[in-house]
Amino acid sequence: MSILKEKYEAVIGLEVHVQLLTNSKIFSSSSAAFGGAPNSKVDPVCLGLPGVLPVLNRQTVNFAMRVGLATNCKIGRHSIFARKNYFYPDLPKGYQISQFEEPVCEHGYLDFEVNGQMKRVGITRIHLEEDAGKSIHAEEFVGSDETLVDVNRCGVPLVEIVSEPDIRLASEAVAYLVELRRIVQYLGLCDGNMEEGSLRCDANISIRPVGGTELGVKTELKNMNSISGVENAINYEIHRQIELLESGGAVTQQTLLWNADKGIARAMRSKEYSHDYRYFPDPDLVPLEISDAWLQEVKSALPELPRARKNRLIAEYKLPQYDAEVLTATRPLADYFEATAGACADAKAASNWIMGEVLRYLKENEITIEAFSVPPGEIAELLNLVGDGTINLKVARIVFGAMLETGKRAAVIVKEKGLVQVSDTAQITAQVRMVLSDHPAEVEKYVAGKEQVVGFLVGQVMRATRGQANPKIVNEVLRTELQALADS
Amino acid sequence: MRIKVEDIEKMARLARLSFTDEEKQNLASHLDTIVSYVEKLDELDTTDVQPTYHVLDMQNVLRDDVVEPSLHPDEVLRNAPNKKNGYFSVPKVIG
Repeated sequence: MSILKEKYEAVIGLEVHVQLLTNSKIFSSSSAAFGGAPNSKVDPVCLGLPGVLPVLNRQTVNFAMRVGLATNCKIGRHSIFARKNYFYPDLPKGYQISQFEEPVCEHGYLDFEVNGQMKRVGITRIHLEEDAGKSIHAEEFVGSDETLVDVNRCGVPLVEIVSEPDIRLASEAVAYLVELRRIVQYLGLCDGNMEEGSLRCDANISIRPVGGTELGVKTELKNMNSISGVENAINYEIHRQIELLESGGAVTQQTLLWNADKGIARAMRSKEYSHDYRYFPDPDLVPLEISDAWLQEVKSALPELPRARKNRLIAEYKLPQYDAEVLTATRPLADYFEATAGACADAKAASNWIMGEVLRYLKENEITIEAFSVPPGEIAELLNLVGDGTINLKVARIVFGAMLETGKRAAVIVKEKGLVQVSDTAQITAQVRMVLSDHPAEVEKYVAGKEQVVGFLVGQVMRATRGQANPKIVNEVLRTELQALADS
Repeated sequence: MRIKVEDIEKMARLARLSFTDEEKQNLASHLDTIVSYVEKLDELDTTDVQPTYHVLDMQNVLRDDVVEPSLHPDEVLRNAPNKKNGYFSVPKVIG
């Protein structure tokens, strides 16, 4: 297979659907929030009742412009809506209102890092459209001869971001998607949750001999509802197409549904889809004109984007690349770091603590930083206690555990538990002498030139002081005392 | 005839309609007449004319992002021939 992989290259384009976090639907006033009892967020417009008139939600246009500006697109000053016609039970009107000619944004690109290299993928277009409802096939209460339909999601606003076929590898597709997700999250217009379907990704894939310029026959992959699903499905499909061509077969143009449990993609029956959508301008919706003033208003309200923020963290807080990358993964995490670093004497210490202790706690408890109970100021206080020598890092971890458990501030816990670090040289020297007299064998080893025993002896002193001794001073005193023994 | 019975069959399939052979013949000839009539427009030179996307000379009919009460689920489902657990029930669509 590896030889074949050198012979062929994949040509991949992604279509990403982003559910917009508006209050109401794109063309009507019922709630666009996720979930709720079936058919409880429905109005006559999204139900497609006769005689209703859709009216465009202004905020969806703001959001589409934000995505367009963040991906270097040209914002279309004149934009129209079209009907995309197909029959499916979760689409009551028999058409989806979308954009075909003249979408809101076109001709952009996204730069992102993949395997340590910068990669640019073109954005063909970004358009606004409405989501369809939800068909329920598999729940236990669904009869064997029926499909149940919940139309709550009908009319929830989406932007569809269509890339150029500039992607060559599954890892590039993943990096593109992760960057796009980070951007829409930073822009505050999508929660980026692939499992719940607020971010969905379809891939168009074909293969050709390396260096070829003609495009092969493509297939469309759907139903990849996680980042790892996207990677596995694309690799699976590239592999399948190569094997097909190598065995003398040909790729047929079709839509495939990824099954993450089985790790395979199956072809949709031709009845389930049709590409004959017969787009035409929707007579219910008048054109959208975006003025200079409107565009300027959206532009000036754009938040700092993830890549810019990463670079700023490196410059402003002198953080390593890696730290800045981890801390800018989400906007709330970056906010948390900056709030902590602002109140803490040592930004790198704040970075280490958040990347280590805080992220570990979040992961173990499966919560996000927004749900984390300790405010940034209190983490800064804890770190400042380490910084000024009141406690050492080891004790800081114990204090952190107690903060999470009791909700008390670090200084209070340190006082209550008597955890103040012992930096008194005389006190430490007494402990060191006791440890040395208890471990004559190790002392002899040191005298014989085995420096490594110092680490062990430091550990013993720390143990004897319940971790409260200042490790730096313990080290100094130990070496002085050992040297004195060696010299005598 | 530019509109053939096969075109009618394709459109019928897309629209989920079914016709007898006689109806198909009839529709083909009617549609063919309509297409010929509309084709008269091809005689005009429209090189420098912007397409008309909408007959009303209006732009930006927009609403603010404000939620209003939804219909009651019982109302939503009132016209449904079949329902179950608050859902519309339709013939199975996927195997």
